[in-house]
Formats: sequence, structure tokens, C-alpha cells
Amino acid sequence: MATLEINDLHARVAEEGGERILRGVDLTVNSGEIHALMGPNGSGKSTTAKVIAGHPAYEVTDGEILLHLDEEDVADVDVDLDDDDYHWNLLELEPNERAALGIFLGFQYPAEIEGVTMTNFLRQALNAKADEREELFEGDEADDADDEDDAGYDTSPMEGPADDGEIGVAEFQEILSEKMELLDMDEKFMQRYLNAGFSGGEKKQNEVLQAAMLEPVVAVLDEIDSGLDIDRLQDVSKGINALRDEQGTGILQITHYQRILDYVEPDHVHVMLDGKVAKSGGAELAEQLEADGYDWVREEAFADA
Amino acid sequence: MSSQDHLKETNTEERFEFKKEEKSAFKSEKGLTEETVRVISEDKDEPEWMLERRLRALKHFQKMPMPTDWPEAPDLSEVDIDEIIPYIRPDIDVRGGVDDWTELPEEIKDTFDKLGIPEAEKNALSGVGAQYESEIVYQNMQERWEEKGVIFCDMDKAVQEHEELVKEYFMTKAVPPSDNKFAALHGAIWSGGSFVYVPEDTTVDMPIQAYFRMNSEGMGQFEHTLIIAEEGSEVHYIEGCSAPKYSAFNLHSGGVEVFVGEDAHVQYSTVQNWSKNTYNLNTKRAIAEKGGRMEWISGSMGSKATMLYPSTILKGRGASDNHITIAMAGEGQDIDTGAKVYHNAPDTKSTVESKSIAKDGGRTNYRGLVHIADGAENSSTAVECDALMFDNKSTSDTMPYMEINESKVDVAHEATVGKIGDEDIFYLQSRGLDDDDAKQMIVSGFIEPITEELPIEYAVELNRLVELEMEGSLG
Repeated sequence: MATLEINDLHARVAEEGGERILRGVDLTVNSGEIHALMGPNGSGKSTTAKVIAGHPAYEVTDGEILLHLDEEDVADVDVDLDDDDYHWNLLELEPNERAALGIFLGFQYPAEIEGVTMTNFLRQALNAKADEREELFEGDEADDADDEDDAGYDTSPMEGPADDGEIGVAEFQEILSEKMELLDMDEKFMQRYLNAGFSGGEKKQNEVLQAAMLEPVVAVLDEIDSGLDIDRLQDVSKGINALRDEQGTGILQITHYQRILDYVEPDHVHVMLDGKVAKSGGAELAEQLEADGYDWVREEAFADA
Repeated sequence: MSSQDHLKETNTEERFEFKKEEKSAFKSEKGLTEETVRVISEDKDEPEWMLERRLRALKHFQKMPMPTDWPEAPDLSEVDIDEIIPYIRPDIDVRGGVDDWTELPEEIKDTFDKLGIPEAEKNALSGVGAQYESEIVYQNMQERWEEKGVIFCDMDKAVQEHEELVKEYFMTKAVPPSDNKFAALHGAIWSGGSFVYVPEDTTVDMPIQAYFRMNSEGMGQFEHTLIIAEEGSEVHYIEGCSAPKYSAFNLHSGGVEVFVGEDAHVQYSTVQNWSKNTYNLNTKRAIAEKGGRMEWISGSMGSKATMLYPSTILKGRGASDNHITIAMAGEGQDIDTGAKVYHNAPDTKSTVESKSIAKDGGRTNYRGLVHIADGAENSSTAVECDALMFDNKSTSDTMPYMEINESKVDVAHEATVGKIGDEDIFYLQSRGLDDDDAKQMIVSGFIEPITEELPIEYAVELNRLVELEMEGSLG
């Protein structure tokens, strides 16, 4: 089981006199769990998501973000690991290193990259992740050591020359088709340029597809439900549930609405106010928020203070 | 192994950045005087008329000003022709090029091996010419083309063996020495290059390639390429060039003349990877007869400064032109390229697609001209220029001039200038790509609409060079 542990996280906009946005966030997400993170606009939900992924626009001024892994999470790594290899301080790592360890951020507004086909992008991302994991866990000394011995044994000639650790074309296509079917996505998507000209709903489906391909231990999904019609909402929800059920991914889902929670039932619900998690509870908390708004949470939080 | 695999597996950096000890059979003095011109002509045992043309060109050169009055022109103040060695004849036994790589001196053979030329020849080319310093050292073409009357030979040899054709076309119709200062310079001291003649209704189905290598410090290379494609013929000519980097400047000033006959089709592709101390100042021009089609594909990655505007004169009704230009400028580079098209007949068409990338303080400029003459009715032109900048230190300009003297025409022009987006980079990083790979992916996506139109060997080589440039700057 993997655990994303956020302790007393403070962050501000990374510029001279930048606004303080996070003021002591505490949050723990285990793999296999679904968490909903709710709260009014400007309370710091999206910033929390971006800081977890390592967005350079924010500066962490205090607190920590840790990722704990266990044997299962590193089953693909075939060297002896130290205790250190199971515990990572994400704030010391680049965004791509965090991704390689299994952190995924589903964007509220995914970037459109012209000229790069989905297929191309996903294959490169998978290969980059594999390479980065090798570096993170095995260090430099393991580089290509067993390269030559394996040539001709591990790869089928039909798949063309696969570099060490690279995913073969046939294998890639197979995994991809399976995931796309689950999300009810047309195969034509794969020849389109990454998010370019995608509708709002297609972009969100694509975020979930990417999560399914990259198999993260924790996926942070920032307003994955915004801009979706009911059919797409169901497809996307099915995809999110599959992440948890089939890959054991822990989900931290940021949302304004109860609606998606009807399809993706949260184990835990957290309310953010003024840059902190003000209240946590079970699925019933979301329903209460839907009915009564956030004011009562604020009053309660102030009363406690 | 296909040539594509071969190119993928070569380490591009090792391929270009090596120097060989300088060895020559004959080397002129630095600088340019009438005496230099006479010495070059004599060393080549040229006919009198060629010497006269050289001397006339020299007079033009001495009279003409440097192109300093152009808006935002690259800085050429360092280019002092008196500091250049204009002529170095490599030390080889056979003038005009041997047809067997193993007959070349080891250091020259090794140079072209590293550049991947013999390997490419085996796999995907109809013929190859290779120039080292000032002269062609290797020249070969498959026999089947020879049998059909196709000529692909060293330009110096063409002066001797195809004298009438050369006399008619050489710097008389397309690029006269009076065209610009560097065309005049070229006319005076040109040496080496290719001569291509494709007879009527002959399609040369695999490309022919010429490769130009400068090895010595402070030299100038001035090869001349003359392509004559007769009616209904078709040929694709690929030109590659590179040099090791030196502290003193090198000068490359090539001349290219292409004659596209009626309904003929010529594709001219260049991958320019000169070292970053080289000034690359070329004049390239094509004339297309009725129904003829000219395509220019230019990748400009190298050089300190490049000024290159391949031109096409659409002379006959229904002639067409297509320009694809990719330019990349890094630290200290000024890549000023573009396209010129003259629509001088009705029903002529042209398209220009330009993509440029500026980074680390480099500058790119698209400088182009489309001229539609009075009476060239039903002509159409579409010009699209896109520029991508990596940072605020880099600059990119667009100067698309249009002179439209006919009303019944279709003119389209689009230009975009963008900066590589931080959010785009972060998005890709969050998927596992490191900073370099993310930027590289965005750049390859940016030029993708162009690369997908390119011949495969060319596209692979171009992509490798783009990757190399990116690695160099971002590492």
C-alpha cells in the first residue's frame, strides 16, 4: 500500500510578495481509497493539487509532502532496495520524478500540444517513466549492464527494436485498446494531436485515460467533472472507479459538486477553507455540503479556534 | 538495415564535430585579387570563357556594397574577404572524384563515413557527390541512370566535358553575378559543386545527394550547383553540409541554379549544419517553365549567420512552387531565411511554409517576397510563417513582402509568433518527461506539419539535428 502524506503544508505564489495560499494543509491518501476534496472557490484546492505535482509557480514555505511505498509498488524494480527507496520527500523531486514514483495530476485545464499524436505522447511518457524509475531506484551503476545479454530474447522481432525497458509496440497497443474501451473512447483519438481541438469532455476523458495508462499510486484529479455532460460523466466515473478497483490507485478528487460523487463514491470527504483542511468526514459530509453550503463549516471551524 | 535505422543509430555529434589535419595539393593565398582568380582558373585548366566570366564577376564584387541597408540584416562586419582562403584543392590523385570510396585518402574517407554518406548511398540514393574543401573527391551514380542519359558530375568536370550546356546556363539566366555581392564573389572564385542533367521524360526515382564538407580553418567554400531538368523529367536533389568549428570565421557562399523544363518536377532539399563560426550566404534560384514544378526544402540549423532566400521564377503558364523552410537559431546565431517567388505567368501557384525556432538569445527572421506580375491572372499564393521562441532573450521577426500587380489573384498570408508555454512544459513533465524531453516534444510537434511532408531520409536527419540542437542548449 502506498501513502501520500501531506503535513502542515504552506505555499505561496512564487514571486516577490506572492500571495500565501496554503496555510497548513494536512491530508493523507492511501492507495485504494477515494477522497473528495471540496471547498469554495479560492480556498486552495487547485493549488494543493499543483503543489503535490511540483508546479514551479508555487513556492513551499513550510511543511512536507511524503510518499511511502511498499513492496507491491516497486515490484517492477529488480534490484535490492534500501529502506530509503520506500520513503520519498516529494518536495526534493522534479515533477517528472514525482510522476515516475506514481503521482498523477489530472488537470482542470489540460494543455493542448499541437503536432504530437496521442500514441506518440503516451508511448514516450511510459518509456520516460520506466527510465526515470530505473534512475531513481537503481542509480547510475545499473545502466544498461544486462543490455546485450537480453537482446534477441526479450523482444520479438515483430515488435521492432525495443530499447532496454521500452514498451513494445504490440504490447502498448494492446494495453491502450483495453483502457480506451473501458472509457468508451474511439480509437481515432490515438492519431489526434494531444488535446488539440478536443472538447472539454474529451479532454477530461483523456486525463483519465492517461492515468489508466501510467498506473499511478495516487491520482489527484482537479475538477475532472467540470464541463461534462451526463454520459461523459458516467464514462469518466467508470474510469476513475476502475483506477481504484483494478490498479489500487488512491484518488484525491477535487470537486465542487455532489453530482460526480454519486458515481464515484468517496471513502473520505475533506473541506478546505482559507488554505487549510477545515473538516473531514465520510460520504455523508458531501451531501450535507450540497444541502447547506460551506458557512456552517466555517462557523464550526471558527468556534473551534 | 534501412538508411533510416542507420541514421537513427549514428551519434550526430560525433558525426559533425571532428577535425582532420589539413592536407592540400594546392592552396591559394588569403584574400581576393585578380591574380587569385587567374590562379584558380589555371589550376583547373579552364577554358578562356570561364576565366573571363570569373573576372567579370570579380569586377562586380569589387563595385558592389555589402547588403547592410537591409532592415535588420545580420551583422556581416566580421566577414573580411581578405582574411579568407578561397581555394584549397584536396590532396587526391584523381580530379573530379573517384567512384570508389576506398580509393580516397584515409582521412577523407573517414570523414564521409562518419557523416554516413557511403551507407546512405548503398541504401537509398541514385547517386552521390562528395566535396572536401574546394573540390569534389567522390562522384558516383548508378549505371542505369547513366544509360538513360542522366548526367551527375562534378561541376569543374562539367566545364570541360559538357562545355556547351554549361556555357549556356552557368550564371547567365538564373543567378547573374550582378545579382548581389555574394553572387558576384561566388562567380569569381566558385569551385566544385554538382552538375545535374536529366533528359526528357526521365524520372530519377531515388534522390541524388551531394555533400559539402569544409575541414580547414578560415577557408571559404564556393561550390556551384547547376541542375537542368528537361521537359517531363523528375529529380530530387539533396544537399548536406557541415564543418568543424574554429575560432576564426569560415565563409560559405554557394550558388545554385535550377532549370525546370515544361511539366518537369525538381525537388531541392538542403540540410544545413555548418559550424557556428560559418557565415552562410547563398544564392539559390530556379526558373520553372510551363507546368513545371519546383520544390525547395531547407533546414537551417547551423552557421553563425545565414542569409538564404531560395527563389523561384514561375515563367510559364501553370508553373508551381512550394517552399518549406525550417530554421533554428541558438546562442549567437542569426538565421535570416525566407523565400522569393515571382509569378510571371498566368495560372501559377506558390505555397510557402516557414517554421522557425529561436532559443538562448538566437534570432530567426523570415524575409520573403511574393511578386505577382501584371497579367499573371488566376495565380495564387499562400504564405504561412510560424515562429516559436524559447525565452525572452531570443528574437524572431517576420518580413513577408508582397508585390501584387494583378487583380485576379488569390493571396493568403498567415503569421504566428509564440513563446513556448510554461504550462505546456509542466503538463508534459507531470506525465514523466523531463524538462528537456518536454521541450523537445513541443518543438517536434511545432514542426510536425512540415516534417510529415518531407522525404523520410530527410525527415529523420532533420529530427536528429533538432534533437541535437536542443540537447546542446538545454543540457
